[in-house]
Amino acid sequence: MAPCVLRLYLTGRTPRSEQALVNVRRLVSEFAIDPHELEVIDILEQPGLAEQENLLATPTLVKAIPPPVRRVIGDLSDIHAVAEALGLHTSSSPGEEDAHAGK
Amino acid sequence: MLENKIVTAITKIRTGIPGFDEISNGGLPQNRTTLVAGSAGSAKTLFACEFLSRGISEFDQPGVFVTFEEPPEDIRTNMKSFDWDIQAWEAQGKWLFVDASPHFADDSVTIVGRYDLAALLARIEHAIEKIGARRVSLDSLGAIFSRFQDSTLIRGELFRIATALKNRGVTTVMTAERNAEYGPIARYGVEEFVTDNVVILRNVLEEEKRRRTVEILKFRGAYHQKGEYPLTIQPGSGLTAIPLSSIQLKQRSSNVRISSGVAEINEMCGGGFFRDSVILVSGATGTGKTLIVTHFLNGGVTSGERCLVFAFEESREQLFRNASGWGVDFAKLERDGNLKVVCFYPEVMGLEDHLVHMRSAIEEFKPNRVAIDSLSALERVATPRGFREFVIGLTSFIKHQEIAGLFTATTPTLLGGTSVTEAHISTITDSIILLRYVEMDGQMRRGMTVLKMRGSRHDKNIREFTIDADGMHVGDPFHNINGILAGNPVPSPTPNDLPTA
Repeated sequence: MAPCVLRLYLTGRTPRSEQALVNVRRLVSEFAIDPHELEVIDILEQPGLAEQENLLATPTLVKAIPPPVRRVIGDLSDIHAVAEALGLHTSSSPGEEDAHAGK
Repeated sequence: MLENKIVTAITKIRTGIPGFDEISNGGLPQNRTTLVAGSAGSAKTLFACEFLSRGISEFDQPGVFVTFEEPPEDIRTNMKSFDWDIQAWEAQGKWLFVDASPHFADDSVTIVGRYDLAALLARIEHAIEKIGARRVSLDSLGAIFSRFQDSTLIRGELFRIATALKNRGVTTVMTAERNAEYGPIARYGVEEFVTDNVVILRNVLEEEKRRRTVEILKFRGAYHQKGEYPLTIQPGSGLTAIPLSSIQLKQRSSNVRISSGVAEINEMCGGGFFRDSVILVSGATGTGKTLIVTHFLNGGVTSGERCLVFAFEESREQLFRNASGWGVDFAKLERDGNLKVVCFYPEVMGLEDHLVHMRSAIEEFKPNRVAIDSLSALERVATPRGFREFVIGLTSFIKHQEIAGLFTATTPTLLGGTSVTEAHISTITDSIILLRYVEMDGQMRRGMTVLKMRGSRHDKNIREFTIDADGMHVGDPFHNINGILAGNPVPSPTPNDLPTA
């Protein structure tokens, strides 16, 4: 299976950025998205990439692969909604948050 | 450590948009954000583009264009018609787009949790740094509100962007939509975060005619002209605002006389028209107004002056034929280069456009004399208010050039009467000549009088004149006739009549 490629765009190391990062890690572990690549991009350091991606808002999570490309804007506080928006539903039923806790 | 902050008055940067810098007393407040609000089709995007393109072409100030609505490609194409080569400026590093137009289908973007527009700000700041921009345009804010549902959040974010831009020392134009021409300043309460400076563009339907205006609602801490001013869009140059009340009466006044082209009229006016005066010739159809124009032009060219005539009633061919019927060869005068005949149907464009065209024709040809035949024809294509503004704008412009202007006005009735044109213009003209039909002994004869001649004595008689193949011949005053100007001439009682009556 080809790896799922996720890109998380952040603007600086703000509490909101950290929150989004924590949530995206919870997402990949709870939904057992494997294999996966997670790129974290700080657009204050690489504004050109924000230009390429036509970003307005941060945090923004982009699922680049597998197609179709999907985007989720926000701190990803509800990972179930995020998974649904990204089309990452797996057969395993979500909600067992303890299973991969601490990863 | 405390720094000494020097408080200075607000300085402005010239937009370069013709007329706007006069209305705004020098342009937009520097380093601040100005909200440009307008309904659909009120030329907001054009204003935003022209702010940048004039900045580049006239002041060498690079600019960043943030587009929320139209893709950059569309803007490049649309602005080609104004001869602005955005692509070339982009290649020179003078113009940079931040493309914030919608790129993704709505269903591919979801919002989960809290967010901000820091990415947009980072892109704008990056673009400003990249080309050393001095000007920024954001067009238009409504599009971003409709993309993100939370308007309170967006308002706050836009405020943050405006503040950041201010600190960067760039001058910013943000455009926003309005629902009605006269009502709330802008949708989504946009004005709440950029309250300092607001410009309103309007595209009002008035008596079945579209009329564009620009109004500066407020410039915090800076002076500007109040009220709405006509605004036009010219292909090849862009926006032109027409400052009317800011036109100053500071032209010099000359005592030099010029020939009207008819010796007797010169005499009636006390030696000719003044070189920098505006003369109104009023009369019914066929009384000889175009003939006076012809003499005026011919007289000018004969004494070595350059003459320009705007004809709105007759074609070139008609005009040339008329003139040759009175012994004047317009074609030759034009070939020799001292006469220029410009013919337009009044209906081809709005009055504001006519004004802009006429001004540029005058600036180009640099005439000593300008004639307009007739002002009344232009009245047809305008609202009363628009016409009044046009006449004032044109007269001020002509007086400013310190050249002579001769306008004709057609009275609606054959006998007597005044025209609306006269009512609008009489106080700003220096001289008024009336041409009237006089019904006498079963004949229509023609009479002429100089009603007003500012700064000079003049003939108070109503003189009879005739027209033949050599043009106009002014004869003796009408004697023993009353009521010519009122339109019902009656013989006045003569001493001979009295005893027998």
